[in-house]
Amino acid sequence: MSAEAGGQAAIELTGVAVSFGAGQQIYRAVADVDLTVAPGEFVAIVGPTGCGKSTLLNVAAGLQAPSAGHAHVRGRAVSGIVAEAGYLFQADALMPWKTALANVAVALEVKGASKREAEERALAWLARVGLKTYVHRYPHQLSGGQKKRVALAQVLIRDPAILLMDEPFGPLDAQTRTLMGDLLLALWQADRKAVLFVTHDLDEAIALSDRVVVMSAGPSSHIIAEHRIDLPRPREIGDIRLDPRFHAFQSAIWRDLKAEVMRAYGDEFAGLKV
Amino acid sequence: MSRTRLLTWQISLGLAMLLIWHAVSTWPILGDVKQIKFFFSTPTDVIARIWRFFATGMIWKHLWITLVETLLAFCIGSLAGIVIGFWLARQPRVAAVLDPYVKMANALPRVVLAPIFMLWFGLDIWSKVALGVTLVFFIVFFNVYQGVKEVSPVILSNARMLGMNERQLFRHVYWPSALSWMFSSLHTSVGFALVGAVVGEYLGSAAGLGYVIHEAESTFDMTGVVAGMVVLSAFVILIDWMVTLVENRLLAWRPQAGDRTS
Repeated sequence: MSAEAGGQAAIELTGVAVSFGAGQQIYRAVADVDLTVAPGEFVAIVGPTGCGKSTLLNVAAGLQAPSAGHAHVRGRAVSGIVAEAGYLFQADALMPWKTALANVAVALEVKGASKREAEERALAWLARVGLKTYVHRYPHQLSGGQKKRVALAQVLIRDPAILLMDEPFGPLDAQTRTLMGDLLLALWQADRKAVLFVTHDLDEAIALSDRVVVMSAGPSSHIIAEHRIDLPRPREIGDIRLDPRFHAFQSAIWRDLKAEVMRAYGDEFAGLKV
Repeated sequence: MSRTRLLTWQISLGLAMLLIWHAVSTWPILGDVKQIKFFFSTPTDVIARIWRFFATGMIWKHLWITLVETLLAFCIGSLAGIVIGFWLARQPRVAAVLDPYVKMANALPRVVLAPIFMLWFGLDIWSKVALGVTLVFFIVFFNVYQGVKEVSPVILSNARMLGMNERQLFRHVYWPSALSWMFSSLHTSVGFALVGAVVGEYLGSAAGLGYVIHEAESTFDMTGVVAGMVVLSAFVILIDWMVTLVENRLLAWRPQAGDRTS
């Protein structure tokens, strides 16, 4: 992995805490999070539901100001929207009144590209994600997986320096998710941006990333473990799942994660032998 | 039900009603034919009167006046509703201060304003336009306000992450969202523009469909009243149909009922 000149981290969170509300109602979502993503590194964050994984992404993106600590992206302190970050949201974020083509092209138009140039490059990107014949469809005419691919093209066409992904394939079915993972890896392999990828799916985290970060259950959730995934690249998700070391990672990480998941659910599962 | 069968039923129902009307106004089934003619007129008389409206060309002028009033009321009311709706949606404090007054103004039955508008704007078209504007404005205003307020936060965050500044957010996110809300009430607001025009004409004017009907009423000319009403409903249906055409063009991105994703 080639470190960039200067060797500074792509994303650096130091002592980050985020609280919501005020006074008696205050909710401490995350506390004391130190996390560094090296240039070109693919880091996955796993943790129980509601542990503030997405909050960390929002801090890195500049959508959410931390109540304590600092965030730096490529050496610069984050204040306001980070222009060099691309953010793939979990929920539908496409503009429903624009076609697939217009949704992708607008990402360049706002940067000052001419309409014609933006559309030309958007067409090329939509072809790269396999949607050549769907460019004139509106979001409501596309399937969940197709919408995600449009969103991916919309993010990547701006050539962001870092990628933030918030359970992007969460709403998709298992097969589509595998295909989307492969597509993401293939695109990522081409220029290796630094990625921070939030997921609740352990297999997805191991198959995609260089490093898996495990977070504790909220409130005041923090990082409890890190696992370096040194499986060979380029990877193919279907194949890598069969690697015996994949299962070793799976059980190692699940050992860390299980207690937190149980904690997140309270005593819902207490009486059951899980 | 198939399309042709539905149409057959619809036409039969209309013909049956006309036939009943014709029968009771021709033969003494329900009482004195003369009285029934006075109170209800007869279908043949009405058709003949409508024919005369168009044959002599006298109706065109009135249709034109009503159309102009409707369009002006719609355009001015929509424009004001869009501008003020946007402004208040982006200025929550101002909106909070104005809230009770907006509600009060909207609660007022508009008919009571008609005499005031006549006093202010005279008996020609502008008093009718003003009446229509007070109706259209609130529909468009509430929809635009809602449209701007209820933009999905994810779409907004995504647009911000794509690097949009306030102006670009307006153009690519707030504006289309507000427009879609406004167009969803297009039928209602055009309808109300027409109501404003006709009611205004009815209460005092020298031209327009409302005037035609009112003139006939004041001389107990039931044939003229019914003929005017028929022309008015046909006119409303025509305008409504044109609105549907516009809507289909502008809201192509919207999922239609029963439209399945592939």
